[in-house]
Amino acid sequence: MKEILEGSHAVAEAVRLCRPQVVSAYPITPQTHIVEALASMVADCKLDAEYICVESEFSALSACIGASTAGSRTYSATTSQGLALMYEVCFNAAGMRLPIVMTIANRAMSAPLSIWNDQQDSISLRDSGWIQLYAEDNQEALDLHLLAYRVCEDHDILLPAFVCFDGFILSHTYEPVDMPTQEEVDAYLPAFNPYQRLDAKDPISFGMYATPDYYMEFRYENQRAMLRAKEAIVRYGTLFKEQFGRDYSGLIEGYELEDAEIALVAMGSICGTVKDAIDEMRKDGIKVGLLKIRCFRPFPDEEIAAALAHVKTVAILDKNVSLGSKGAVGLEIKDALYGSSIAVYDYILGLGGRDIRKKDIRAITKLAEQGSGDMFYGLREELL
Amino acid sequence: MPLNIGCTARPGRGRDNKTGSWRVFYPIFTEETCTGCEICVLLCPEGCIEKKGEKKYVPDLDYCKGCGLCAEECPGDAITMEKEEK
Amino acid sequence: MVDKSIENFECGHRACGGCGAATAVRMILKGAGEDVIVVSPTGCLEVFTTPYPETAWKVPWIHSLFENAAAVASGIEASLKRQGRSEKVLVIGGDGATVDIGMLCLSGAFERNHDITYICYDNEAYMNTGIQRSGATPFDASTSTSPAGSCSMGNKHAKKDVPAILAAHGSPYVATASLSYPTDLMKKVETAVNTPGATYIQIHAPCCTGWGFEGDQTVAVGKLAIETGLWVNYEMVDGVLRKAKKVKRKPVEEYLSVQKRFRHLFKPKRNEEEIAKIQAIADANAAKFGIDI
Ligand SMILES: Cc1ncc(C[n+]2csc(CCOP(=O)(O)OP(=O)(O)O)c2C)c(N)n1
Ligand code: SF4
Ligand code: SF4
Ligand SMILES: [Mg+2]
Repeated sequence: MKEILEGSHAVAEAVRLCRPQVVSAYPITPQTHIVEALASMVADCKLDAEYICVESEFSALSACIGASTAGSRTYSATTSQGLALMYEVCFNAAGMRLPIVMTIANRAMSAPLSIWNDQQDSISLRDSGWIQLYAEDNQEALDLHLLAYRVCEDHDILLPAFVCFDGFILSHTYEPVDMPTQEEVDAYLPAFNPYQRLDAKDPISFGMYATPDYYMEFRYENQRAMLRAKEAIVRYGTLFKEQFGRDYSGLIEGYELEDAEIALVAMGSICGTVKDAIDEMRKDGIKVGLLKIRCFRPFPDEEIAAALAHVKTVAILDKNVSLGSKGAVGLEIKDALYGSSIAVYDYILGLGGRDIRKKDIRAITKLAEQGSGDMFYGLREELL
Repeated sequence: MPLNIGCTARPGRGRDNKTGSWRVFYPIFTEETCTGCEICVLLCPEGCIEKKGEKKYVPDLDYCKGCGLCAEECPGDAITMEKEEK
Repeated sequence: MVDKSIENFECGHRACGGCGAATAVRMILKGAGEDVIVVSPTGCLEVFTTPYPETAWKVPWIHSLFENAAAVASGIEASLKRQGRSEKVLVIGGDGATVDIGMLCLSGAFERNHDITYICYDNEAYMNTGIQRSGATPFDASTSTSPAGSCSMGNKHAKKDVPAILAAHGSPYVATASLSYPTDLMKKVETAVNTPGATYIQIHAPCCTGWGFEGDQTVAVGKLAIETGLWVNYEMVDGVLRKAKKVKRKPVEEYLSVQKRFRHLFKPKRNEEEIAKIQAIADANAAKFGIDI
């Protein structure tokens, strides 16, 4: 059924349909509307879950670890400062192989303090062992929650996932979304079936420490599970398409890419603007296309290399910067394309909510054509 | 043996580590002055003292670290610590 | 009634010989009964019981991080409630994990009043990392981060009063105990576990390695703490002091002089002034809890 909903509410509805049994979260802009909506659902008996109103993000995710280990489907949501406060817990949850799903309403990192959007927060946790999915619009944000639970809880995967959607740009924007029914979601996402759990009848010790004789192998197992997740996302994305008609079978997605000479690479809501700009540029005869990354972790390097094999130039739009180096997505694309003759340029843009318009996308395309890149794009020179 | 996902384990292997090898002194239990109070059983940090009969308490020397706590706290002075012959 | 035959702690663990924490945990598990799930933060107990794949725990057990045990327990409790399960949730953590770095999570869990029992085995320093001071280290104790020296008398601060802090959160049951009084300890654990809501016990757990005494003296040292009034065993029900163990008090130096962490108070020469300060702490305890016979 089509409804016009604020992004946060669309996500909260999706979470409700996934039937989490324990929700534990702490408010932070621009995530607040999600957790407020979930709290209301619990208060109105529309969501049959324990809602733990914790005193910090650190406890929010720690409580999810406890609840997940005890055998419940768990959910949390946060952004920027809250996610940074969870840093240690994120690594822990992934190492303990707990299928926790958490929404990230992407926001810039302080200092300076900024409540506005970029993707520095989740990207900075790229090494933590969480699957990272990025939504272009609110429909995708909603749908990716179903997909995330389905993938994470597969006993061959057992990993946690971030579902990332851009703060304000999506979280606070009203868009029409197709909301599935509970029956449809139940048919797609089976009841939580923990791989192992805390249980007095079958005592297991969780979170033991590993000596140098074992630690590497545990990390390697995490890595293998991550790589298996690629295949699982494709499989459950295909299942999703069969059931709901919307296609998430790819870790990446192309737009006007088949015959493109220049490929723009982007993640999240910026992809909408890029597509509009491409439509205009195509009319002007510029052979430009988009490669959208939906899944940043595990990183679809081979898929990207194959999808970009035919282009001459690649321009990566990075809403983050690895200070002292480059944009994080750019670095990984360069790695994926290593050895090819493709010219690859990275553009750091849109930090802390700086607007990105169609004309910026056109300008970047031009810069790439001219062989100029690996730069911050859109700086106010008069301030420097 | 493949790893347990998430670094977990069921009970059992804990006893693989024979801490008895740490011991310098070992406890000798006599029945004569034992009061049967079982304080040794309760206090032993290893939990390695077992009741084998009336006033008959036996430390599992595979695990006894020889700390001497049982001997020190025995109200009947029924436990003495002897240097281990290695 | 406490079933003393319960033995859910396996031999083979790697605690120092004579470890007070190990003895305390064996007693705690007897008091808690069979239907229990244990959470432990990082620390000696966690490390000496669970090098993969050898676990000393015969009850379900989880370690996540150093400072989040109370939050992990909150999540477990919420999950069990949702599933209609009966297990009791028990945290057993060190003083550092409890009174210092875990205070945020602890306060949150007690304010929300989850049905959990939090037990702190108090060995009065960060032992696992090499005897650094914690907020529970007593006044003048020498530790590796509060060393006694030519211009230092050791730890400058008194023990943080966490039982009072948690009672102020509205906890229905807060108690202190000592491994040297096993019957009392086990009974308090049983009471705490069976009291609905967030309950707390802080257990004095002498550490031979960190405090500097022979492993056979663990119980004796614990007794001296009680007998000098430097540790008081009491219960607070709904914030009201109910019962404090009465003693015929001994001078504090009987307790101090048997531990290397207080050696600087006696050598190279006896420091009357500092000993008097510690005696004053014991006197204040005695007055506050009315323990003098
Ligand atoms: C966030 C974090 N900071 C520091 C440490 C290092 N660390 C591990 S255990 C520990 C001390 C534990 O002290 P306590 O809780 O009193 O337990 P004990 O070892 O004394 O039994 C410290 C400082 C850590 N693991 N995590
Ligand atoms: S010497 Fe120590 S370890 Fe050995 S039986 Fe006695 S108390 Fe237990
Ligand atoms: S250092 Fe202390 S607390 Fe840690 S194992 Fe040794 S005796 Fe026990
Ligand atoms: Mg300690």
